[in-house]
Amino acid sequence: MVQASLDGILLGILFALIAYGMALQWGVMNIINIAQGDLVILGGYIAYTMYLAGIHPAWGVIVSPIIMFFVGWALYKLVINKVVDRDLFISILATFGIAIIFQQLMNFIFGADVVVAQSEYGTTMLFDNSVTLPNSKIFSAVVSILYAIALVIYMKKSRLGRAIRATAQNARAAKILGVDTEKVYAATFGINAALCGIAGALIAITLTLHPYVGLPYTVRSFMIVIVAGLGNLPAVAISGMGLGLFEEFADYILGTEFRIGAVFMLLVFILVYRRFKLSKKREYLK
Amino acid sequence: MDKVNQKDLILYSGLIILGLAAPFLFPGFKVQLTILCVLIVLAMTWNLQGGEMGYNTFGNILFYGLGMYLTASVQVGMFFPLAEWTESGGEKTFVHTTSQYFQGMGVGLLVAALVPTIIAGAIGYAILGLRGHYFAICTLGLGIAAGEIAGGIEIIGAGQGFTTPPFPKDIVDPGARGDFFYFLSFVLLIGTFVFIKWIYGSRFKLILNAIRDNEDKAEAMGIQTMKYKIVGWMVSAFFAGLAGGIMGGLIGYIDSTDVAFDGREMGVFMVLMAILGGKGTLWGPVIGATLFHFLKEGFWTLILGWQYVALGVLIVVIVIYFPEGLMGWLREKYPERFGEVIDEKDRKAQVELK
Repeated sequence: MVQASLDGILLGILFALIAYGMALQWGVMNIINIAQGDLVILGGYIAYTMYLAGIHPAWGVIVSPIIMFFVGWALYKLVINKVVDRDLFISILATFGIAIIFQQLMNFIFGADVVVAQSEYGTTMLFDNSVTLPNSKIFSAVVSILYAIALVIYMKKSRLGRAIRATAQNARAAKILGVDTEKVYAATFGINAALCGIAGALIAITLTLHPYVGLPYTVRSFMIVIVAGLGNLPAVAISGMGLGLFEEFADYILGTEFRIGAVFMLLVFILVYRRFKLSKKREYLK
Repeated sequence: MDKVNQKDLILYSGLIILGLAAPFLFPGFKVQLTILCVLIVLAMTWNLQGGEMGYNTFGNILFYGLGMYLTASVQVGMFFPLAEWTESGGEKTFVHTTSQYFQGMGVGLLVAALVPTIIAGAIGYAILGLRGHYFAICTLGLGIAAGEIAGGIEIIGAGQGFTTPPFPKDIVDPGARGDFFYFLSFVLLIGTFVFIKWIYGSRFKLILNAIRDNEDKAEAMGIQTMKYKIVGWMVSAFFAGLAGGIMGGLIGYIDSTDVAFDGREMGVFMVLMAILGGKGTLWGPVIGATLFHFLKEGFWTLILGWQYVALGVLIVVIVIYFPEGLMGWLREKYPERFGEVIDEKDRKAQVELK
């Protein structure tokens, strides 16, 4: 039990980081990115490649976001800029297409095997050796928190951060006041991809990588965002940890084969629960 | 609908004759033709939600997969213990006689049509209360959850899959299996088309369109939108379940995530086909599915290994540059053919504006 709780909380912090990226692009550009999870996995493979090249994979948390920022930027210029300001379903389908492309390309380049980058950080034993805690998970939680704090400060203080927040509030007004919204959108998507890169590198160290496991990460981050709301970082962190806890306990009680199924069912239940709650006031999820 | 147009009569009888003759004209492509029929059925039923009602669902794959599992389970379970069948991998220990096979198939298809319909009705009230992208994501979750859960249930084969009963060996004619499945799917296609055409001439379609255009206003006009949305979904579930049952028998092997609840292929295909042909039209999904199937079968083998990349690119291109589909494009180009009257002055004024 203690084991599952600790694992859940540490995992949840990681989920929260991905979800924050999701909330950022959803809030600023009003798109839902189904390829979010695949960006995470791609970030993970960057760290894995470094591991294969003999560099310690922990450096991935610095290199991966830099590469992923440009991947995100390119993706925005190629595809995403054409789906902003259009029906949300178009962004869902278009990013679904991107997700399929990414999965297949990763399958070609890195193979269809489950891989993991060994960090060799060892483990800490707690409570008279009844609970094992890999140091890599502690490392990943600390790195996630540090990056989240850095991002919040950046969004509050920097010029680009202010421009992003202004665009999120009212894109048209921001444009009139001289904000280059096109650039802001590209930067937002790049930052989102960079966040995915960090999360991916951490996943490469703590969990496993496989070309086709992106979608569950997308759904997890979507779920966290609809529970926490857009742009509310403490709520995102808390619901991320809640989701991590839920998953570990579902794994513990139902068995590993139902883990992903439980995540997707939770999504359905959350949406339906919110729909019934709102329909009492004759409203619906917007 | 009172008087059948002369032109329509020729068109429909021509298509039916072509459909009946197709397996004899192209005996090598029977399986492909069967799949084409199923694809058209799926695209047409998806169009009822995505095109007419404005509810873009990824969840119709749920009914398709359910139908597949139900048909096979009933077909086996009526005569043999299901758990032992799946454990032994089918074939070796138990053999269906000819009459058992067809009886099982018939009852199985009946169950595959009814159970998904009931399930659609039961979950409809909860799920269809969501709108727009929440509905899309929720149904996406439903479809994938179903696949993951089915992959964990032992009695229907869990991860290693479920072998459906093989076609009876008493029937010696080697073409019989292909003919049987082709005509089964062709009958389903005609049934679906006739039913949906009937819907297109009814008040029901107008109500679905009203829901698509503005659900709040439709409600304010006194339409019980929820009731119609659920009925629409049940219609889709009915035909999608049947389509799944036929495909399960045709493929002969059911895997939870790769064949039945195949959100990555079939689930996306049905959306793509409807959009390619033009959603919200009667003929759009038919044309879209046919075109898509030809494209896919023609080029799939040429780009071996790159299929999914091509599929992804195709999705992105269609969605971004071609969201109105073929029928939408034709409509833009030849509005007169669609019974739209264009004022000459208006057109000139628009040209001048450009």
